[in-house]
Amino acid sequence: MKNIVKKYGDGFPAVNDVSIDVADGEFVILVGPSGCGKSTLLRMIVGLEDITSGDMVIGGKRVNDLAPRDRNLAMVFQNYALYPHLTVYENIAFPLRLAKVDDATVDAKVREASKTLELDEHLDRKPGNLSGGQRQRVAMGRAIVRDADAFLFDEPLSNLDAKLRGQMRTEIARLQKRLGITTVYVTHDQTEAMTLGDRVAVLKRGVLQQLATPRELYEKPVNLFVAGFIGSPPMNFLPATVEGPTVTLPFGTVQLPEERARMVADAVERLGVSGPLIAGIRPEHFEDASVLDTERGGSTFRAQVDVVEWLGNQAYAYLPFEAPDEVTEQLAQLERDLDGESLRTQVVVSLDASSGVTAGDEAEIWIDTSSMHLFDPASGANLTVG
Amino acid sequence: MAATTPNWLRRSGTALGCVLILAWCLLPVVWIISLSFKSQIAITNGSPGFFPASGDFAGWANYRDVWDNDQFRRAIFNSIGISLIATLLSVAIATLAAYAIARLEFRGKKLVLSMALAFAMFPVVSLVGPLFDMWRTIGLYDSWPGLIIPYMSFTLPLAIWTLSAFFREIPWEMEQAAQVDGATSWQAFRRVIVPLAAPGVFTAAILTFFFAWNDFVFGISLTSTENARPIPASLSFFVGSDPFNRPASLLAAGAVISTIPIIVIVLLFQRKIVAGLTSGAVKG
Ligand SMILES: Nc1ncnc2c1ncn2[C@@H]1O[C@H](COP(=O)(O)OP(=O)(O)O)[C@@H](O)[C@H]1O
Ligand SMILES: [Mg+2]
Repeated sequence: MKNIVKKYGDGFPAVNDVSIDVADGEFVILVGPSGCGKSTLLRMIVGLEDITSGDMVIGGKRVNDLAPRDRNLAMVFQNYALYPHLTVYENIAFPLRLAKVDDATVDAKVREASKTLELDEHLDRKPGNLSGGQRQRVAMGRAIVRDADAFLFDEPLSNLDAKLRGQMRTEIARLQKRLGITTVYVTHDQTEAMTLGDRVAVLKRGVLQQLATPRELYEKPVNLFVAGFIGSPPMNFLPATVEGPTVTLPFGTVQLPEERARMVADAVERLGVSGPLIAGIRPEHFEDASVLDTERGGSTFRAQVDVVEWLGNQAYAYLPFEAPDEVTEQLAQLERDLDGESLRTQVVVSLDASSGVTAGDEAEIWIDTSSMHLFDPASGANLTVG
Repeated sequence: MAATTPNWLRRSGTALGCVLILAWCLLPVVWIISLSFKSQIAITNGSPGFFPASGDFAGWANYRDVWDNDQFRRAIFNSIGISLIATLLSVAIATLAAYAIARLEFRGKKLVLSMALAFAMFPVVSLVGPLFDMWRTIGLYDSWPGLIIPYMSFTLPLAIWTLSAFFREIPWEMEQAAQVDGATSWQAFRRVIVPLAAPGVFTAAILTFFFAWNDFVFGISLTSTENARPIPASLSFFVGSDPFNRPASLLAAGAVISTIPIIVIVLLFQRKIVAGLTSGAVKG
């Protein structure tokens, strides 16, 4: 995929200059909030949507002008798009029938697919009588039955309930590993993205933000958007003033490790950033200072705890803070991009379950400054990645 | 209001209403059936009772007489042939047209739709005169195509509107899925879209058949012989053995026979009209 641009009839660039190179057998995820052009991109790969400009190359061949049926790709639609007038068996067999495969081969392949997907006892039923998870598996059966060059999934799990979604996620991962087929998978759910993908492409309003392994996305997000999108609960963003290694947060000052401080200073100079920055810290990079036995790197500060949610294995504490206007504006914009509800200026910190902090306390909180990110409020760029 | 009405009252009210409507609708039908079983003499003498008085009962004699009549048999044949051909053509063309209207963007789409509606609203009688002249010149007068064409011009718009509504209901994804699965546009249309639109196709077919079967104005004006005269027109010419005495009971028997194909068609097609056939195609 090279420099793909898609403009709809109304001139709206749904996908803008996206280049992704998917290796053979790789599992790539396209993720982003709804409306960011994921489906459009997928539909361009499969050929259901014209490509305004750029080249779509599959296996060394430019396929921009090929009809969907000539691309030999299999797709699972968000709403499954099963054929309601055909039985499960015929639904799965449909691509083979079109390819004029003889009956014996069809039967063998359909039975194999149905065994893989545990659909054997449903083969004679109509899709209308199946549960959501079963329909999902029929749709996958229809995809795997023909030896397609790649699988494309468009939010295949979004119509399932939470429990089933977890099961099917594992199922899809197992299937993909076993068949070893190149897969492009669209989702708006960052958990799916992180757990399934070899690599994940984060899109925002049609523009590719970052294409990296899940770990890299998590640890080294290139900008505010990726940082806020990946991770649950999301990364906390705080206004921060940086002077050398000293970072002033609304709660107090903390010290950056030397190396990180230098990186930030370089980036600030290089990009000509001025004024306060935005600090991004994930909830798990905080801790109740009193439960830490040994002295670790990082700094501590004291803060008023608003609410504590104790979950058994851990606890979340909410710390409200006051933010200056210029940063709030930027954070509100970010929140809109991420599809979120309006952000209260508070920090979510994840505490050890043994922490005795309760609501209303003033607690001593430790912060892992070596994992703290600093962002340029204007461009959103992460100043702490090299 | 509803809460204060006792339940039994409401229910018996509904029942009473149903009975009244049924009686209102069915009385003429029942009466014509009763007539068809009375003997000719009984009717001439005046036979007011619903059930034939003793001695007036004709049994199947009237039916046998009509059926033995060549003119009648020929008319039935004409009607069935003309109606079936008009229905088939109309549904086939309408399916293709409606698909294009529902799925494709082309210039003049609105025009086609509103023109179709305008044609359907034309009063039938206003066309009879011009058609009579035209058909005589072209040589279509008193022939099957001479009736099939005007029937289609009235049933096509109806069928197109019905079917395009059905096609619009079918999710786009069905077709796209078929294309990804390796189907050409035509295969996707024939193997996925048409089966899904089947209820619509049959609805359109029934409506078209009714129109063609029940037409009287075209049937009587555009035919002159048994060549193409359909049943409603033929019945009005039906004089039986005695030209001075219109055979009411024979006519009644003929009318009853001529409704049989309609009933058969409805029974055949209504099974196909299963609403909600697309349920299960999408979502969980
Ligand atoms: N047929 C269309 N015509 C015009 N705009 C469209 C069309 N389909 C989608 N869009 C726009 O393109 C953007 C991306 O859509 P889509 O790819 O469906 O997003 P998602 O990431 O949620 O799957 C949206 O803003 C949507 O409004
Ligand atoms: Mg989508």
